[in-house]
Amino acid sequence: MPNMSLNKLPMPEQDPNIRNKNFEEVSLGYTEEMAIEEANRCLNCKHKPCVNGCPVNVRIPEFIAEVQKGNFAEAYRIITSTNALPAVCGRVCPQESQCESKCVRGIKGEPVAIGRLERFVADWYMKNGTDKIEPIASNGHKVAVVGAGPAGLTCAGDLARKGYEVTIFEAFHDAGGVLIYGIPEFRLPKDIVKREIEKLKQLGVKIMTNMVMGKVLSVDELFEMGYESVFIGSGAGLPSFMGIEGEGLVGVYSANEFLTRINLMKAYKEDYDTPIKKSRAVAIVGGGNVAMDAARCAKRLGAEHVYIVYRRSEEEMPARLEEIHHAKEEGIEFMLLTNPNRIIGDENGLVCGMKCVKMELGEPDASGRRRPVEIKGSEFIVDVDSVIISVGTSPNPLIRSTTEGLEANKRGCLVADESMKTTKEGVYAGGDAVTGAATVILAMGAGKTAAESIDHYIQNQ
Amino acid sequence: MFEIKNKRILNENVVLLEVYAPFIAKKAQAGQFIIFRVDEKGERVPLTIADYDRENGTITIIFQTIGKSTKRLAELNAGDYILDFVGPLGKASHFDGVKKACVIGGGVGCAIAYPQAKQLHEMGVEVDLIAGFRNKDIVILEDEMKAVSNRLIITTDDGSYGKKGFVTNALQELIDEGNRYDIVIAIGPVPMMKFLCDVTRPYKIHTMVSLNPIMIDGTGMCGGCRVTVGGETKFACVDGPDFDGHLVDFDELMRRNSFYKKEETRSANCRLMGGTENA
Repeated sequence: MPNMSLNKLPMPEQDPNIRNKNFEEVSLGYTEEMAIEEANRCLNCKHKPCVNGCPVNVRIPEFIAEVQKGNFAEAYRIITSTNALPAVCGRVCPQESQCESKCVRGIKGEPVAIGRLERFVADWYMKNGTDKIEPIASNGHKVAVVGAGPAGLTCAGDLARKGYEVTIFEAFHDAGGVLIYGIPEFRLPKDIVKREIEKLKQLGVKIMTNMVMGKVLSVDELFEMGYESVFIGSGAGLPSFMGIEGEGLVGVYSANEFLTRINLMKAYKEDYDTPIKKSRAVAIVGGGNVAMDAARCAKRLGAEHVYIVYRRSEEEMPARLEEIHHAKEEGIEFMLLTNPNRIIGDENGLVCGMKCVKMELGEPDASGRRRPVEIKGSEFIVDVDSVIISVGTSPNPLIRSTTEGLEANKRGCLVADESMKTTKEGVYAGGDAVTGAATVILAMGAGKTAAESIDHYIQNQ
Repeated sequence: MFEIKNKRILNENVVLLEVYAPFIAKKAQAGQFIIFRVDEKGERVPLTIADYDRENGTITIIFQTIGKSTKRLAELNAGDYILDFVGPLGKASHFDGVKKACVIGGGVGCAIAYPQAKQLHEMGVEVDLIAGFRNKDIVILEDEMKAVSNRLIITTDDGSYGKKGFVTNALQELIDEGNRYDIVIAIGPVPMMKFLCDVTRPYKIHTMVSLNPIMIDGTGMCGGCRVTVGGETKFACVDGPDFDGHLVDFDELMRRNSFYKKEETRSANCRLMGGTENA
């Protein structure tokens, strides 16, 4: 008999007033009993609408049926047949707009907590799983992957499973891309990312860190080295600024710089050398997941006031609902319909305030969202000593500027068709490098598609 | 892991290391830099490439021990390993059409000026080199610089060696003597570069400076190294590190370079007092 509760079973969490002072994980995950109870809310629909909502087509009702029976190892096997990073996806996917948005239980009440169940299964397996991953016999073909983020890791994993000898070239000193430099520990523990990557290595994937492609090696040189195809998953790491007065003041960060210092370089830990400013009051400009992450990090570093300054209303915010909710619980203050037009510095060039103007929503713009319009005469000054700019990123130009024949559009995104094939023979690309900043799971979907295409390309040479 | 092949102490605060990094050595050019991280808990710190040996696969770095990370690096010896070493980053310097150049280094900046002078010299350009130091005790690379220049002028602030005075005076004298340079390359402390630009501006001599702002990734990702050049925001790591000195907003650069002054002093002191020793 299914569990007919209208609501998802809540997931235990750290108390907001305790967690906003530490970097430990916020959500604690289901117990076995809780997972089975929630799994029993799944109706195991024949037409499986949830699967269509997932960019990597996780066989959702099948894995949930195994959770219902307590066969967690089997559930894990089903998930990982299409998703190489379940512990990551269970934590950071925007489930509410993907699988869970299609769930039949969501018509009346809340959908099944698919994300929480995926996370449970992945975590259970990390603790209890025993299967050893055997390296797969080589098919004699070599493929190079640029970037060890979600797109590159997925593409590499899928190709390795098909027998390809895959080498990933990563610019940073650790693999993981945005999973390690961008998403904070309290949302995605780095240990989990490390373990997922460890599994790829067991499959035979080689990872070379400290390799800035486009500088130390060009794409053409990779072909000369015997790689038959190259996948570019270099992400969208170039930060945008607003072009307003005062962005060069001391105390103004891009969200990338702030988060990289904290997540990759562990600036919040006393025994690490990376410096970070301890601010009294911080404004984060932007309304995406990155803005929420930056705000919650700033709070954890001890700021008294942390403001999210966003020019539209909460309804248009691109961040996941759960992140907005968690941020509010932790005491982040939301300044909606507010746009900064100048950052103010003191006589030493240190940030001491930000001048903002109130906005109202007008007619819809090209994005389909109502366009924010300034309210004349509504200027005011927010008292802050740090400003973090989180208004988006675009693809890094390093690779396209050093690779002949690789075309990009005017936003700097690599041009790729639906099979992830670029304009250069043998070169495939996917993830944020192609779409501009998007989600982890979409990048993984692109990595999967590219792996299929690369396999097809090499086998038909 | 990157092995240190050779170490030379150039003066009490300046150390030269040759690091085995064959991929980087294959590609490195004058004007480019690397980023190192001594160990797991260390910072990522940019350093200009002072020299490279494509055959032996080594990169030479010369650095002053100022912060905690450079002090840790200076403690390593030949045979030891650096955890991370990434590059070559930044744009290489280009000197097309240059016939006569004046290369100026200030203190440890000479380590960066040297490869530029060397490249120009190898191209057959007439090179005057001015190297400025506080005093005789900290003079570095004298023989090396002499070998790649037509004329080497060493200045010391206190007159204890070479010519007494600042590099700005020496440059002004050379210009007054009638030397006409196609390019002046100025590398050293930010105030020195700023004042050298003031010297060359009235003569409209193209003046190139090498900037070393706060930086993390070195690939254009963090935006920490942004500098205003000709009113535009540039990232020193990918658009530089060389820029037209007459267009650089030096005052903003000096302010931004002091971003973590307080935090860095604390970190270095902790280390000195044995407070937070890394395992």
